[in-house]
Amino acid sequence: MRKTTFKGTALPLLLLTPQLVITAIFFLWPAGAAIWQSLLQEDPWGMSSQFVGLRNFTEVLAEPEWRGAAWNTLIFSTSVAVLAMGTALFLAVQADKSIRGANIYRTLLIWPYAVAPAVAAVLWLFLFHPSIGLVGRALNEAGIAWDYKLNGNQAMLLIIVAAAWKQVSYNFIFFLAGLQSIPRAVLEAAAIDGAKPVRRFWTIILPLLSPTAFFLLVVNLVYAFFDTFGVIHALTGGGPGKATETLIYKVYVEGVQNVNLGSSSAQSVILMVLVIALTAVQFRFIERKVHY
Amino acid sequence: MASLEVTGLTKSFGPTHVLHGIDLAVEDGEMIVIVGASGCGKSTLLRIVAGLETATSGSIRIAGREVAALEPAERDIAMVFQNYALYPHMTVEQNMAYGLRIRGLPKAEIARRVAEAAGLLGIEALLARRPRQLSGGQRQRVAMGRAIVREPKLFLFDEPLSNLDAKLRVQMRAEIRRLQRRLGVTSLFVTHDQTEAMTLGDRLVVMHAGHAAQIATPMEIWARPADTYVAGFIGSPAMNFLAGTLTEGGHAVALKAGPTLRFADGPRTGGEGRPLTIGIRPEHMDLAEGGIPMPLDLVEPLGSETVLHGRLPSGEALVVKLAGPAPDAPSLPVAFPASALHVFDGETGKRLDP
Repeated sequence: MRKTTFKGTALPLLLLTPQLVITAIFFLWPAGAAIWQSLLQEDPWGMSSQFVGLRNFTEVLAEPEWRGAAWNTLIFSTSVAVLAMGTALFLAVQADKSIRGANIYRTLLIWPYAVAPAVAAVLWLFLFHPSIGLVGRALNEAGIAWDYKLNGNQAMLLIIVAAAWKQVSYNFIFFLAGLQSIPRAVLEAAAIDGAKPVRRFWTIILPLLSPTAFFLLVVNLVYAFFDTFGVIHALTGGGPGKATETLIYKVYVEGVQNVNLGSSSAQSVILMVLVIALTAVQFRFIERKVHY
Repeated sequence: MASLEVTGLTKSFGPTHVLHGIDLAVEDGEMIVIVGASGCGKSTLLRIVAGLETATSGSIRIAGREVAALEPAERDIAMVFQNYALYPHMTVEQNMAYGLRIRGLPKAEIARRVAEAAGLLGIEALLARRPRQLSGGQRQRVAMGRAIVREPKLFLFDEPLSNLDAKLRVQMRAEIRRLQRRLGVTSLFVTHDQTEAMTLGDRLVVMHAGHAAQIATPMEIWARPADTYVAGFIGSPAMNFLAGTLTEGGHAVALKAGPTLRFADGPRTGGEGRPLTIGIRPEHMDLAEGGIPMPLDLVEPLGSETVLHGRLPSGEALVVKLAGPAPDAPSLPVAFPASALHVFDGETGKRLDP
């Protein structure tokens, strides 16, 4: 890469300003405010506030509801990551073969990524609603008691599928690019060495895809943690009961519905720490990990 | 170790015909080099033998067994690729052992074969490394090792030296030849480099536009090229070609450039005035009093020899290679020794013998 050295400091500073300003206004300021708020206890009308130190945190961590949401998040995010990555890998392997109409197939697979989360949720709602959904009605007519508004497990299943569906496109693009960067000759060498397609997949393709897969794992977990609010809100609203309330959803419930700003802020700070940790792991891994 | 027979092999990609009926018989332990310019179909031929491409028609027999319908794995072959195609996530040892593990050989046997091949190639110290920690020459050796441990019936080499620098290429070339002789494995070696072809092959297949233009020993190809393409492809600098017509009842050629040359080896058939192409290698040209005066465009002194580029009065370009330095003159008289002439048909380019 070419390096340009600027004379003086005025121009570089000017060029950096927009980015720094955006980061400060939309990132550092709200994050700072959340951290400050998490140390306060405020009455619901915002008339008075009182510094309480780390009490919000200890209370949140001790709350059974928060632990329930953490458990839900764990199940939800692992399932979303596994389902979205598994499906995407399968589709990418199929799309990597030279098939007729491969380009159309690839384009169609990328579309769901362009669908807004709430719209995607509505789409799944129209499919799985027990009384108006196509699939939901078919299930009930087939004798399976399907109602995600009553059954917590079914609700969880539905938001997992809906959230994973949206992420498949993204994973698909990366897996396909990863597959296409594996030299053909390496696979041919394996074929001559006697490896059948399934064996080639497990011993050559998958190991060579592992850097891509790790990157996607982190991205998918972060997605399931933070970007699935819209899907959950539109489909189940965290219910039935609190069966599909994840940590990010609980932040919203606590802050916007219950107007418990201190607790809500403490929860978002905990999430912030989590995402920082995930990103740090990823950077460490990328630095150390072998690139083939 | 085995023989290889290819009969009537054709290959088309849609309307494009890449191979037009190749016939080739490789004997047990022989090393055949397939040489040709890029796009002549040589790599396709090799890939079809390997089973990485399917032939449109024709048969391939390895050790007498028809393999055209078999998977690469079932053909009992090993291949060395141009870019080595090592498994990047495996160590050198794992790379070499991969094919053996798949065949389910006992661990002790795998270890023995890998150690033996590593010793043969001088890569014992590299066994624990990964391909990206190796130099080009070392990678090449590992690729060879991976082929050797398999103890296949047939070795296939797809331009394995073209990614190496010039010095290493010469060294690896000799090494491959020694190794192939020692192991006695029937081999097919594809290259575009005529020096590689001449030095490595027991016999050469010179490919041209999907045909095998000539299959013969290197010296025979050099001494008696089958057509003008082969004649021009093998030898450096390339053979000179001059236009002429048959005369004196078939005993001589009247060159467009002037002189009439009498054939040393006997008359050619055909009527008076039959168009001919006369080939003569630059190193066979002489400077002689009374020769055709040739103005020089360029003189390349190479130390032990000198290459002269000039143009004859007929407008035909001519290259002369002299042993030792050239006389300092703007124009030199050149002569054509009758014994060094190659006679080709002026239209088809096929060799004409007496």
